[in-house]
Amino acid sequence: MRYFAQRFGFFILSLWAAITINFLLPRFMPGNPAEVMITRYQGRLNPLVLHSLELQFGISHQPLWQQYVTYVQNMIHGQFGLSITYYPVPVISVIENSLPWTLGLAGTATVVSSILGVLLGIFAAWKRGGMADTLLPVVTTFTSAIPYQWLALLLLYIFGFSLGWFPTAHSYSATLSPSLHPAFIGNVLDHAILPATTMIVTALGGWLLGMRNNMIHTLGEDYVVFAEAKGVTQKRLKYMYAARNAMLPSLTGFGMALGFVVGGSVLVESVFSYPGIGYQLVTAVQNEDYPLMQGLFLIIAVSVLLANFIVEMLYGKLDPRVKKGGAGRS
Amino acid sequence: MQTSETMERQTPILEVDHLTVVYETAKGDVIAVRDVSFSLYPNEIMGLIGESGSGKSTMAYAILRMLKGAARVVHGTVRILGKDIYLLSPEELRKFRWSHFSMVFQSAMNALNPVMTVEAQVIDTLKSHRPHLTRLEAKERALELCELVRIDPRYLKSYPHELSGGMRQRIVIAIAIALEPSLVIMDEPTTALDVVVQRSIMDQIRDIQMRVHFSILFISHDFSLVSELATRIAIMYAGQIVEFTDSHSLEDRMSLHHPYTEGLWNAIPKLANRNIVIEGIPGGPPNLLKLPEGCSFHPRCRYKSEICSAQTPELKTYGTYEIACHHVLDKEGHHD
Repeated sequence: MRYFAQRFGFFILSLWAAITINFLLPRFMPGNPAEVMITRYQGRLNPLVLHSLELQFGISHQPLWQQYVTYVQNMIHGQFGLSITYYPVPVISVIENSLPWTLGLAGTATVVSSILGVLLGIFAAWKRGGMADTLLPVVTTFTSAIPYQWLALLLLYIFGFSLGWFPTAHSYSATLSPSLHPAFIGNVLDHAILPATTMIVTALGGWLLGMRNNMIHTLGEDYVVFAEAKGVTQKRLKYMYAARNAMLPSLTGFGMALGFVVGGSVLVESVFSYPGIGYQLVTAVQNEDYPLMQGLFLIIAVSVLLANFIVEMLYGKLDPRVKKGGAGRS
Repeated sequence: MQTSETMERQTPILEVDHLTVVYETAKGDVIAVRDVSFSLYPNEIMGLIGESGSGKSTMAYAILRMLKGAARVVHGTVRILGKDIYLLSPEELRKFRWSHFSMVFQSAMNALNPVMTVEAQVIDTLKSHRPHLTRLEAKERALELCELVRIDPRYLKSYPHELSGGMRQRIVIAIAIALEPSLVIMDEPTTALDVVVQRSIMDQIRDIQMRVHFSILFISHDFSLVSELATRIAIMYAGQIVEFTDSHSLEDRMSLHHPYTEGLWNAIPKLANRNIVIEGIPGGPPNLLKLPEGCSFHPRCRYKSEICSAQTPELKTYGTYEIACHHVLDKEGHHD
């Protein structure tokens, strides 16, 4: 319980830091969105328009601390302002519409690739020197060395364009409207297969190699040798004694990967025009859509923190040693 | 105390016969255990002494059939309760090992799984061999074992990192005797512990052995530790057993010994005198890849003569002892 409180306190503290930095960064930058618009129209806007733009974008000339208070209040109420690109759609709705797609696509891909990679790693290490152990590391080293976007383009060209097996863009066909109908779900899966494959193929190698090496190391540990001697079954030895300990570093990696799910799928979403957070981020940058960017950065920061918090909670469950503040202190 | 004669009439628990173990290396085979034969009888405690690299641990692992990597048994047999353990199938071995013979490893600190409670690891041992045992019965047995090794039962719910080194080693001992084996091999069980804890563990091993009865093969490099516990002591040098002796004979300056045993004994600081005298053995352990011709100890031996570098001495019986040395009888400067 103390561990939970400690971790939660740290989570809140870093969340506050992220929000504050997100507040300060744009204000340290020269200019503001309204001025950008003014320059875009090369001074043909009169000062009244400038003022109204400033009002709309929430730009004020109040002291910094007052701005900060207003900003934090807005954050708590989920008011991130209006998006310029999708004017006058609020940033929060843009995020609401794109977050599920990214979580669904990149989240699933991350979970699948890590579980698959860890299982294959256990398998390769257990049959060390066998067929799987000789082939898998070589093959997956190759696949993880393939640049992400290059594989995406290749798959898109072969399976989307040439063979026409899969759609080449978007998350579902424009002719359908979102529902829980099997046809719609099938359509969504159809659209997700290529981007998901890209992500799984390029990420798999890292999981596999990491787990295999840890597993080989753990198999040489005294407690595994002792457990084998005391006669626990092979299955139990493999999972409860060896893999259970060997997976702890992978779990840390999983936490970090989970945090990057939201912000890390920029390339794949761009190539497949997949309407997720990454795609919106590129759009926001292209359109100098500061409110949207700020909102997206905040969402990305929050998801990294949240993922880390969840993994730390899991870690506390899976490794009893981390719960104590350190050896000896109790 | 049992003498060797009464023990010989019983069936041995452990019979090691001409056991030879090699490590295959790029530079050639390293013979770690060379033609070792001995038997261990019910309830007997035998000490095995040798310096680092003399092959004691390798032999223990060979008896346990737990040799890994480059190590191979190239010759000889190991029988436990009359069964050649190298003829068992992997599943037969899994069941046979630990129910009839077990081992306490050197590494008290790391022998327990860090992510499982102590109780779960004790129960795991019991359930692996007796699948029909209910959880409650297993828990009761765990409590009994706790009491046997004198650990407060509340520590059963602890994780290994919450226990001290001595407590962990006690748990390891509890796991080793959980299935009431006839033989427990102890490979330097107190090396990782400090002297005070070492003492209490040694007392406890003796106490438990007297209460539940099993044979012990106690491996150590510490002469005084072994001679307190064991009745019979085997001395190992360069993979060979060069002497079998009784622990009380070591105190007796008149009894016959291998020059290496003498050297080891003289290397123990004697506190009886006003001046502490420590006498080392000159030279260093031999290169196992290229052992000296003849007796492997001869380059370090002060009694050596021509025959020592020409002919390997066999173990010969002198009363109740066995010694492999050409000069056992004509030591003390009697040879010319």
